[in-house]
Amino acid sequence: MADPEIKSYEPHHESQSAAVTESRPVKAVLMAIALAFLAVFLLLPLIVVFHEALAKGIGAYTEALSGPDTRSAIRLTLLVAAISVPLNVIFGISAAWAIAKFEFKGKAFLTTLIDLPFSVSPVISGLVYVLLFGAQGLLGAWLKAHGIVILFAVPGIVLATIFVTFPFVARELIPLMQEQGNGDEEAALSLGASGWQAFWYVTLPNVKWGLLYGVLLCNARAMGEFGAVSVVSGHIRGLTNTMPLHVEILYNEYNAVGAFAVASLLAGLALVTLVLKTLLEMRYGAEIAATRGH
Amino acid sequence: MTTAPAKAGWRFRQPSVIPGFGLTLGFSLAYLTLIILIPLSGLVWRSAALGWADFWAIVVDRRTLNALKISFGTAFLAAVVNVVFGTVVAWVLVRYRFPGRRIADAMVDLPFALPTAVAGIALTTLYAPNGWIGHLLMPLGIKVAYTPLGIVIALVFIGLPFVVRTVQPIMEELDKEVEEAAATLGANRFQIITRVLFPGLAPAIITGFSLAFARGVGEYGSVIFIAGNLPFKSEIAPLLIVIRLEEYNYEAATAIAAIMLALSFVMLLVVNLVQTWSRKRYG
Repeated sequence: MADPEIKSYEPHHESQSAAVTESRPVKAVLMAIALAFLAVFLLLPLIVVFHEALAKGIGAYTEALSGPDTRSAIRLTLLVAAISVPLNVIFGISAAWAIAKFEFKGKAFLTTLIDLPFSVSPVISGLVYVLLFGAQGLLGAWLKAHGIVILFAVPGIVLATIFVTFPFVARELIPLMQEQGNGDEEAALSLGASGWQAFWYVTLPNVKWGLLYGVLLCNARAMGEFGAVSVVSGHIRGLTNTMPLHVEILYNEYNAVGAFAVASLLAGLALVTLVLKTLLEMRYGAEIAATRGH
Repeated sequence: MTTAPAKAGWRFRQPSVIPGFGLTLGFSLAYLTLIILIPLSGLVWRSAALGWADFWAIVVDRRTLNALKISFGTAFLAAVVNVVFGTVVAWVLVRYRFPGRRIADAMVDLPFALPTAVAGIALTTLYAPNGWIGHLLMPLGIKVAYTPLGIVIALVFIGLPFVVRTVQPIMEELDKEVEEAAATLGANRFQIITRVLFPGLAPAIITGFSLAFARGVGEYGSVIFIAGNLPFKSEIAPLLIVIRLEEYNYEAATAIAAIMLALSFVMLLVVNLVQTWSRKRYG
């Protein structure tokens, strides 16, 4: 957005005839509509989270966050993100290498399949694992016989989280690596680098900001996922409750301060994500350019 | 870049000096199959095992039909609202310079970053009869929270960035010279917007609409708090899936999920057709 191209036509922007830009009153009205819409739909919900969390003072806020159930929800959310994000990073890099560096049949179809989780309702993302691992599920009896617990436990939550965050890293890296082409790697290989060295010293530095951008979005979704995790979690307090699920439980118990206190942590995470994302776009816009639009 | 030998015959991949094709493609396919494809085909297999009569009986059940109508109806309305306001927001962000533009632009991504459950309880608190916005609407006789209107509000929140972020890059690429040429030829601003700018933006607007709509149909977290969840009135299809699961009625949950996926697929197909048509018409 901060492209120099936009600035370059700005000077004559001022001196244009009425047909090329809107009149001042029209401009003012459009700006008022846009900003009022953003304020009502985006800013107010954000403010209300912190307002409600602190409604009974700082003491009540910190007390709400120090309960054992809340603490275990925070720990579980961090654990789930710590497992699912790295796995999706490995997949994202591997898929981007195969798709961006090579020409093969069925590539477009594979790219479509990677985006599939984005077009499936989160509830259905959770449901598919219940159908697979649940008591009446396809593998249910076998799992029970072998004493393996997946559903209503941490493995199920991790699987559902991986499912919904699956495309994030891959879809950032694929267009970026396609844009960069194979020239750098071919040069490194011709100079005697091994394939692994070419990846580690050439490709990875080239895509690091794009990768970080993808990890950021992936992590935000992993920590905040509600629908899919809700279906597979079983909502056992202190055991299988992630932070978003804990928000729901507290809210339904009419514990507004508690619910909004936990929500404020998640809102804080969202704000940090947005700030880092904006900084990345400003500083390394060109290096993650292929990612604009999502 | 790629050497394409004029050899006859089918070739799975073009030759390349870059190593690691087998390893990375193999791992990606295995991971994709395990995490996405096997679980999703489980859903298809289970709904196929139901048999046509049972499947149909679940789908035409009054409660299911109402839930589907509410999900698709509210998602459609919210996507329409987002197309109108999202396009205005994108226009203001791209064409005008004002203090705070950078912050407003970054804010647009908030619904991507904010967990849906947080959005849900925040919107419910705002629009409840005693909330900041709800108490202003109360004297006007407008009830938002715990009604289908509340669902639309939540889906507008969720869908906004899809429209803005799809339309915005296309607006940035619009060539000012075309507008200048139109102006030289005597077009007024209204004609330029409707006859010159809109046709260029139409495909992006349609894409933004379909993304917001698709997301809205499946949305769960932000909706269940504000909807009130009354069967036949404000119960969305994803919630009905959850309810059937909690009743251990796997068949019904599976059938509703399958019909949702099928309807979304048909919708995407229609949108693609409209896209092709609009490219031909305006392209």
